[in-house]
Amino acid sequence: MFGLALSGVLITMLLGLIRAVKGPTVFDRILAVNMFGTMTMLLIAVAGFGVGRPDFLDLALIYGLMNFIGMIAVARFTRFGNLASDDSASLPAQPGSPAQPGPPAQAASPSEAS
Amino acid sequence: MLQIALDVLSWLFLGSGAICCVVGGIGVLRLPDFYTRTHAASIPDTLGALLIVTGLIFQSGLTLPAGGGEVLIIGLGYDLVTIKLLMMLAFILFTSPTAAHALVKAAHARGVSWEGLDTTSDREESDGLPG
Repeated sequence: MFGLALSGVLITMLLGLIRAVKGPTVFDRILAVNMFGTMTMLLIAVAGFGVGRPDFLDLALIYGLMNFIGMIAVARFTRFGNLASDDSASLPAQPGSPAQPGPPAQAASPSEAS
Repeated sequence: MLQIALDVLSWLFLGSGAICCVVGGIGVLRLPDFYTRTHAASIPDTLGALLIVTGLIFQSGLTLPAGGGEVLIIGLGYDLVTIKLLMMLAFILFTSPTAAHALVKAAHARGVSWEGLDTTSDREESDGLPG
Protein backbone atom coordinates (compact mmCIF):
# COMPACT_ATOMS: atom_id res chain seq x y z
CA MET A 1 0.00 0.00 0.00
CA PHE A 2 2.67 2.45 1.00
CA GLY A 3 4.98 0.84 -1.53
CA LEU A 4 2.65 1.82 -4.35
CA ALA A 5 2.56 5.47 -3.30
CA LEU A 6 6.30 5.41 -2.65
CA SER A 7 7.03 3.98 -6.09
CA GLY A 8 4.74 6.55 -7.75
CA VAL A 9 6.45 9.41 -5.94
CA LEU A 10 9.91 8.01 -6.75
CA ILE A 11 9.04 7.61 -10.45
CA THR A 12 7.84 11.22 -10.50
CA MET A 13 11.08 12.35 -8.86
CA LEU A 14 13.06 10.45 -11.49
CA LEU A 15 11.11 12.05 -14.37
CA GLY A 16 11.55 15.48 -12.79
CA LEU A 17 15.29 14.86 -12.47
CA ILE A 18 15.51 13.93 -16.15
CA ARG A 19 13.75 17.18 -17.05
CA ALA A 20 16.03 19.11 -14.69
CA VAL A 21 19.11 17.67 -16.39
CA LYS A 22 18.01 18.17 -20.00
CA GLY A 23 15.76 21.23 -19.69
CA PRO A 24 16.48 23.79 -22.41
CA THR A 25 16.04 26.89 -20.30
CA VAL A 26 16.85 27.58 -16.67
CA PHE A 27 13.14 27.90 -15.87
CA ASP A 28 12.55 24.29 -16.84
CA ARG A 29 15.19 23.28 -14.34
CA ILE A 30 13.64 25.44 -11.62
CA LEU A 31 10.21 23.98 -12.36
CA ALA A 32 11.54 20.43 -12.17
CA VAL A 33 13.42 21.12 -8.95
CA ASN A 34 10.29 22.64 -7.40
CA MET A 35 8.29 19.56 -8.28
CA PHE A 36 11.13 17.44 -6.91
CA GLY A 37 10.91 19.31 -3.61
CA THR A 38 7.16 18.77 -3.32
CA MET A 39 7.64 15.11 -4.12
CA THR A 40 10.31 14.97 -1.40
CA MET A 41 7.75 16.26 1.12
CA LEU A 42 5.31 13.54 0.10
CA LEU A 43 8.11 10.95 0.12
CA ILE A 44 9.10 11.83 3.67
CA ALA A 45 5.47 11.69 4.82
CA VAL A 46 4.67 8.37 3.13
CA ALA A 47 7.96 6.76 4.17
CA GLY A 48 7.40 7.91 7.75
CA PHE A 49 4.01 6.19 7.74
CA GLY A 50 5.51 3.16 6.02
CA VAL A 51 8.10 2.54 8.73
CA GLY A 52 5.58 3.30 11.46
CA ARG A 53 7.09 6.56 12.67
CA PRO A 54 4.97 9.51 11.51
CA ASP A 55 7.19 11.91 13.47
CA PHE A 56 9.07 12.58 10.24
CA LEU A 57 6.24 14.92 9.23
CA ASP A 58 8.09 17.74 10.98
CA LEU A 59 10.96 17.24 8.56
CA ALA A 60 8.50 17.35 5.66
CA LEU A 61 7.03 20.62 6.93
CA ILE A 62 10.44 22.27 7.31
CA TYR A 63 11.51 20.97 3.91
CA GLY A 64 8.41 22.48 2.32
CA LEU A 65 9.02 25.86 3.95
CA MET A 66 12.62 25.98 2.77
CA ASN A 67 11.60 24.75 -0.68
CA PHE A 68 9.13 27.60 -1.10
CA ILE A 69 11.55 30.27 0.12
CA GLY A 70 14.32 28.98 -2.11
CA MET A 71 11.94 28.77 -5.05
CA ILE A 72 10.89 32.40 -4.67
CA ALA A 73 14.52 33.46 -4.24
CA VAL A 74 15.67 31.65 -7.40
CA ALA A 75 12.74 32.98 -9.44
CA ARG A 76 13.59 36.49 -8.26
CA PHE A 77 17.24 35.97 -9.03
CA THR A 78 16.60 34.78 -12.56
CA ARG A 79 14.23 37.67 -13.17
CA PHE A 80 16.20 40.60 -11.77
CA GLY A 81 19.75 39.33 -11.76
CA ASN A 82 20.27 39.83 -8.04
CA LEU A 83 18.43 39.14 -4.85
CA ALA A 84 18.34 42.73 -3.61
CA SER A 85 16.23 45.24 -5.52
CA ASP A 86 18.98 47.78 -6.10
CA ASP A 87 19.48 47.15 -9.80
CA SER A 88 15.79 46.80 -10.55
CA ALA A 89 15.57 50.57 -11.02
CA SER A 90 18.10 50.22 -13.84
CA LEU A 91 15.65 48.15 -15.86
CA PRO A 92 13.34 50.80 -17.30
CA ALA A 93 11.68 48.44 -19.78
CA GLN A 94 9.51 46.89 -17.08
CA PRO A 95 6.99 49.25 -15.50
CA GLY A 96 6.12 48.25 -12.02
CA SER A 97 9.19 46.11 -11.60
CA PRO A 98 10.12 47.67 -8.21
CA ALA A 99 6.61 46.81 -7.04
CA GLN A 100 6.80 43.25 -8.32
CA PRO A 101 9.10 41.86 -5.62
CA GLY A 102 6.57 42.79 -2.96
CA PRO A 103 3.88 40.11 -3.27
CA PRO A 104 6.15 37.03 -3.14
CA ALA A 105 8.07 38.44 -0.20
CA GLN A 106 4.84 39.27 1.61
CA ALA A 107 3.30 35.95 0.69
CA ALA A 108 6.19 34.23 2.42
CA SER A 109 5.58 35.68 5.86
CA PRO A 110 2.00 34.51 6.60
CA SER A 111 2.79 31.02 5.39
CA GLU A 112 5.72 31.01 7.77
CA ALA A 113 3.44 32.17 10.54
CA SER A 114 0.95 29.41 9.88
CA MET B 1 -14.87 -4.05 9.63
CA LEU B 2 -14.69 -0.32 9.88
CA GLN B 3 -10.91 -0.52 9.99
CA ILE B 4 -10.95 -2.54 6.77
CA ALA B 5 -13.19 0.07 5.12
CA LEU B 6 -10.85 2.86 6.21
CA ASP B 7 -7.87 0.91 4.89
CA VAL B 8 -9.57 0.43 1.52
CA LEU B 9 -10.37 4.14 1.34
CA SER B 10 -6.77 4.95 2.23
CA TRP B 11 -5.49 2.59 -0.48
CA LEU B 12 -7.77 4.18 -3.04
CA PHE B 13 -6.59 7.68 -2.18
CA LEU B 14 -2.92 6.70 -2.06
CA GLY B 15 -3.12 4.84 -5.38
CA SER B 16 -4.91 7.62 -7.20
CA GLY B 17 -2.45 10.13 -5.75
CA ALA B 18 0.46 8.06 -7.02
CA ILE B 19 -1.19 7.85 -10.45
CA CYS B 20 -1.66 11.63 -10.53
CA CYS B 21 1.98 12.17 -9.54
CA VAL B 22 3.23 9.86 -12.30
CA VAL B 23 0.96 11.54 -14.87
CA GLY B 24 2.33 14.95 -13.88
CA GLY B 25 5.90 13.66 -14.08
CA ILE B 26 5.33 12.25 -17.56
CA GLY B 27 3.82 15.58 -18.59
CA VAL B 28 6.83 17.49 -17.26
CA LEU B 29 9.12 15.22 -19.24
CA ARG B 30 7.13 15.02 -22.48
CA LEU B 31 5.34 18.32 -23.12
CA PRO B 32 6.94 20.57 -25.73
CA ASP B 33 6.97 23.96 -24.05
CA PHE B 34 7.89 25.63 -20.79
CA TYR B 35 4.39 26.91 -20.12
CA THR B 36 2.75 23.59 -20.86
CA ARG B 37 5.32 21.95 -18.59
CA THR B 38 4.26 24.37 -15.89
CA HIS B 39 0.69 23.18 -16.38
CA ALA B 40 1.83 19.58 -16.07
CA ALA B 41 3.94 20.26 -12.98
CA SER B 42 0.94 21.76 -11.20
CA ILE B 43 -0.84 18.38 -11.22
CA PRO B 44 1.36 16.51 -8.70
CA ASP B 45 1.83 19.67 -6.66
CA THR B 46 -1.88 20.11 -6.02
CA LEU B 47 -3.96 17.03 -6.83
CA GLY B 48 -1.31 14.42 -6.11
CA ALA B 49 -0.40 15.98 -2.78
CA LEU B 50 -4.08 16.38 -1.87
CA LEU B 51 -4.88 12.73 -2.61
CA ILE B 52 -1.79 11.29 -0.92
CA VAL B 53 -2.21 13.41 2.23
CA THR B 54 -5.91 12.48 2.36
CA GLY B 55 -4.93 8.81 2.18
CA LEU B 56 -2.43 9.30 5.00
CA ILE B 57 -5.11 11.05 7.07
CA PHE B 58 -7.34 8.01 6.62
CA GLN B 59 -4.41 5.93 7.86
CA SER B 60 -3.59 7.95 10.91
CA GLY B 61 -5.95 10.55 12.13
CA LEU B 62 -9.26 8.95 12.74
CA THR B 63 -8.25 7.25 15.95
CA LEU B 64 -8.14 8.75 19.40
CA PRO B 65 -5.99 6.97 21.96
CA ALA B 66 -8.18 6.73 25.04
CA GLY B 67 -7.70 4.46 27.99
CA GLY B 68 -6.45 1.02 27.12
CA GLY B 69 -7.14 0.85 23.40
CA GLU B 70 -7.80 3.16 20.54
CA VAL B 71 -11.31 4.46 20.06
CA LEU B 72 -12.48 5.25 16.58
CA ILE B 73 -13.92 8.68 16.09
CA ILE B 74 -15.07 9.21 12.55
CA GLY B 75 -14.69 12.73 11.29
CA LEU B 76 -12.67 14.13 14.17
CA GLY B 77 -8.95 13.69 14.35
CA TYR B 78 -7.51 14.68 17.68
CA ASP B 79 -4.15 13.18 16.91
CA LEU B 80 -1.32 15.60 16.33
CA VAL B 81 -0.24 13.69 13.22
CA THR B 82 -3.49 14.63 11.52
CA ILE B 83 -2.94 18.29 12.36
CA LYS B 84 0.57 18.12 10.96
CA LEU B 85 -0.74 16.47 7.80
CA LEU B 86 -3.41 19.13 7.39
CA MET B 87 -0.82 21.88 7.92
CA MET B 88 1.39 20.28 5.29
CA LEU B 89 -1.53 20.01 2.87
CA ALA B 90 -2.62 23.62 3.42
CA PHE B 91 0.96 24.77 2.99
CA ILE B 92 1.35 22.89 -0.30
CA LEU B 93 -1.98 24.15 -1.59
CA PHE B 94 -1.08 27.76 -0.79
CA THR B 95 2.55 27.88 -1.84
CA SER B 96 2.67 25.70 -4.94
CA PRO B 97 0.43 27.89 -7.15
CA THR B 98 2.22 30.95 -5.77
CA ALA B 99 5.60 29.54 -6.74
CA ALA B 100 4.34 28.48 -10.17
CA HIS B 101 2.89 31.95 -10.74
CA ALA B 102 6.14 33.67 -9.72
CA LEU B 103 8.16 31.34 -11.92
CA VAL B 104 5.96 31.85 -14.98
CA LYS B 105 6.02 35.60 -14.44
CA ALA B 106 9.81 35.58 -14.20
CA ALA B 107 10.04 33.45 -17.36
CA HIS B 108 7.65 35.74 -19.22
CA ALA B 109 9.64 38.79 -18.13
CA ARG B 110 12.82 37.16 -19.37
CA GLY B 111 11.20 36.36 -22.70
CA VAL B 112 10.86 32.61 -22.75
CA SER B 113 9.14 31.92 -26.03
CA TRP B 114 5.81 30.24 -26.53
CA GLU B 115 6.62 27.55 -29.00
CA GLY B 116 3.32 27.58 -30.87
CA LEU B 117 0.91 24.92 -31.94
CA ASP B 118 3.11 22.84 -34.26
CA THR B 119 3.84 20.18 -31.71
CA THR B 120 5.86 17.75 -33.79
CA SER B 121 8.69 20.08 -34.77
CA ASP B 122 8.64 21.81 -31.37
CA ARG B 123 9.00 18.57 -29.52
CA GLU B 124 11.99 17.54 -31.57
CA GLU B 125 13.52 20.97 -31.19
CA SER B 126 13.03 21.30 -27.46
CA ASP B 127 14.20 17.78 -26.80
CA GLY B 128 17.22 18.12 -29.01
CA LEU B 129 18.63 21.22 -27.36
CA PRO B 130 21.51 20.56 -25.01
CA GLY B 131 21.38 21.96 -21.54
